[in-house]
Amino acid sequence: MKVGAPVEPNHISASVVIATLERLSPTQRENAYGMGRAVMRLLIIEDDRDAADYLAKAFREVGHVADLAADGEEGLAHALDGQYDVLIVDRMLPKLDGLSVIGTLRGKGIETPALILSALGQVDDRVKGLRAGGDDYLPKPYSFSELLARIEVLARRRGSREEMVYRVADLELDRLSHRVTRTNQEIDLQPREFRLLEYLMKHAGQVVTRTMLLENVWDYHFDPQTNVIDVHISRLRSKIDKGFAQPLLHTVRGAGYMIREGK
Amino acid sequence: MTALGKLFRTTAFKLTLVYLTTFVLFAAIVLVYFAWNTRRLINEQITQTVDSEIVTLQDEYDIGGIRRLIFTLDARARRPDSYLYLLTTAAGEGLAGNVGSLTAGVLERSGWTETAYRKLEDLEQTEHHALAKVVQLSGGFRMLVGRDLEERDRMHDVVIGAGRWSLAIVVILGIAGGLFVMRRVLQRVDAMTATAQTIMAGDLSGRLPIAGTNDELDRLAGNLNTMLDRIEALMHGLKEVSDNIAHDLKTPLTRLRNRCEEALRTAEDEAQYRTALEGTIEESDGLIRTFNALLMIARAESGQARDNMRDFDAAEVARGVGELYEPLADEKGLTLTIDAPAAAPVRGNRELISQALANLVDNAIKYAAPDVALPDGVRPGIRIEAASAGDHILLTVADRGPGIPAADRARVLERFVRLEQSRSQPGSGLGLSLALAVAHLHGGDLKLEDNEPGLRTVISLPRAGPVSQAVAGDLTRLQPTQAPAGGSDSQAG
Repeated sequence: MKVGAPVEPNHISASVVIATLERLSPTQRENAYGMGRAVMRLLIIEDDRDAADYLAKAFREVGHVADLAADGEEGLAHALDGQYDVLIVDRMLPKLDGLSVIGTLRGKGIETPALILSALGQVDDRVKGLRAGGDDYLPKPYSFSELLARIEVLARRRGSREEMVYRVADLELDRLSHRVTRTNQEIDLQPREFRLLEYLMKHAGQVVTRTMLLENVWDYHFDPQTNVIDVHISRLRSKIDKGFAQPLLHTVRGAGYMIREGK
Repeated sequence: MTALGKLFRTTAFKLTLVYLTTFVLFAAIVLVYFAWNTRRLINEQITQTVDSEIVTLQDEYDIGGIRRLIFTLDARARRPDSYLYLLTTAAGEGLAGNVGSLTAGVLERSGWTETAYRKLEDLEQTEHHALAKVVQLSGGFRMLVGRDLEERDRMHDVVIGAGRWSLAIVVILGIAGGLFVMRRVLQRVDAMTATAQTIMAGDLSGRLPIAGTNDELDRLAGNLNTMLDRIEALMHGLKEVSDNIAHDLKTPLTRLRNRCEEALRTAEDEAQYRTALEGTIEESDGLIRTFNALLMIARAESGQARDNMRDFDAAEVARGVGELYEPLADEKGLTLTIDAPAAAPVRGNRELISQALANLVDNAIKYAAPDVALPDGVRPGIRIEAASAGDHILLTVADRGPGIPAADRARVLERFVRLEQSRSQPGSGLGLSLALAVAHLHGGDLKLEDNEPGLRTVISLPRAGPVSQAVAGDLTRLQPTQAPAGGSDSQAG
């Protein structure tokens, strides 16, 4: 999923913001969209240069565009005049802290989804972060796949409408009647299994991590040590995929799960 | 200067000074009062004796006329240490007596007067002072009877002098005593300071000296020593924990490093490198998990999560956690039963309590192997209960696994402690520590009991949250009031 020529890390502090997207040829850009993963423009506000460079590089490798800002004020300035899909904001920043950056943006009516990165990984910190206007919260150290999955969900959320019926291939989930069918065959699900499938189908084609499932389906924000989620998934899988030629619920190695049509 | 300067700056010195000033002031007042009173007493005595003398002389005059009076007066005046007498005619001519000269005009006025006088026999001598009474006798004679005041004045001087000296001695002794006391206090305080400094320098085993006088300094030193004991114990615990951390993190770190090294040495293609890298990521995720758990425990122990407390239903938490773990238990061949028929409202941090309960269930699933030989009638499985008991709620996880010997029950609550048989299982040895820390954060407790057979872990939490601080001392007292009815059991799955 390499996109375009190798791109130098473009630090915003180098005064000119060069959107990598604009450097791409139209075909490259179309390719990026065509792979089922729209190119996202991200702003990473992070004062740890190494971490920021690593992130920018990793995002570029999967075809996204990432700009960097090294402190809160700079980040705020760029978030104010740039068109970004998602902001990735470190909580502790020089000059202006991450929560204030997000608070200021929200105060000015800018609703760009923001994910807060923080070394303070406790429950109440997360609550504070979300209260300040953040849309998601990820404690450091995090895995890139986790961050990527969350960013993509955040970017998609904007402009996505809430459908009443989710469809992936021949699998259908009716949110109103709480009915799930595959090839018109009714599938009997426990309430929690229904919510699990609902979340997966809402983000069909996107990687959903175990932590995201635990947070959104169970509303738990702790690490349950054992991979309890895997067992729930395999139960769900046996209900929706067993006996069908085409599996829909896929395991994404090292990242999480995804419901999608095809391989 | 420095030693003296230090002395002057001490509280003891300032107190002594204040005390001394007050004392001297009061002593001076008492002395002045005493001097004044002595003087008054002497005056009173003089007037009394003079009055009676006058009465006697009046009688003499009344009996024998002026002649007899003159005779008596002369006789009396010649006695040693006599009164002062003067008898004159109406015109002021002296008839008898021992007074040579008087302050002018004294004789013209009757009654008491203080006058300067000279004795008849030594007119050139210095003036004396006397308290005298002048009476008018029938026939125009005037008589003065008085008493020299030298004695009174000398007495007064003696009293004042003595007073001055005693005050001076009081001041000197006071300062000296104060200095002495201060030195002693200062010595003890210095000794305490010196010990404190060695403690500050890192030697936590030092203790403040106790003089054995049971005074306030001893009490202070005793309390500080108790505090030091506590600090030392805490530091010891901390050191143990960090040793454990070092040990527990060293093992996975070594594994991590070996894996990398081995991959570098032996891997031949990309797939092998990939496998090795995935392994290292997994290993480091484990490390991060351990760190997170440690931080969580530290946060719970320091009480930082107290501000995030709300009211919620513990029964619902039990059902939620049970439902989360049910498939996992099922996969291991264990039946997970949730017994939470009635609402168990409690005030606390729902997230943390859920996590604590999840840890207990996780442990139960890990260690309660379904193939353990059980006595007849006992079914393998795990049971989660939530119930109210008085002003507490109880969250219980009971399994039919090997259990924990009574002797080890306190130990397994410590960080990183894992019993031998559990070493083979994945885990950090922090699950129970976190559950305990969460229970303590809420003013509750965590108890490990025998499930006969198996392990029964009970989290008891005060309903009102940590504010009421009602810690359950004896859990047996707090057994659920309602017997678990078979019909209310909800079998998840």
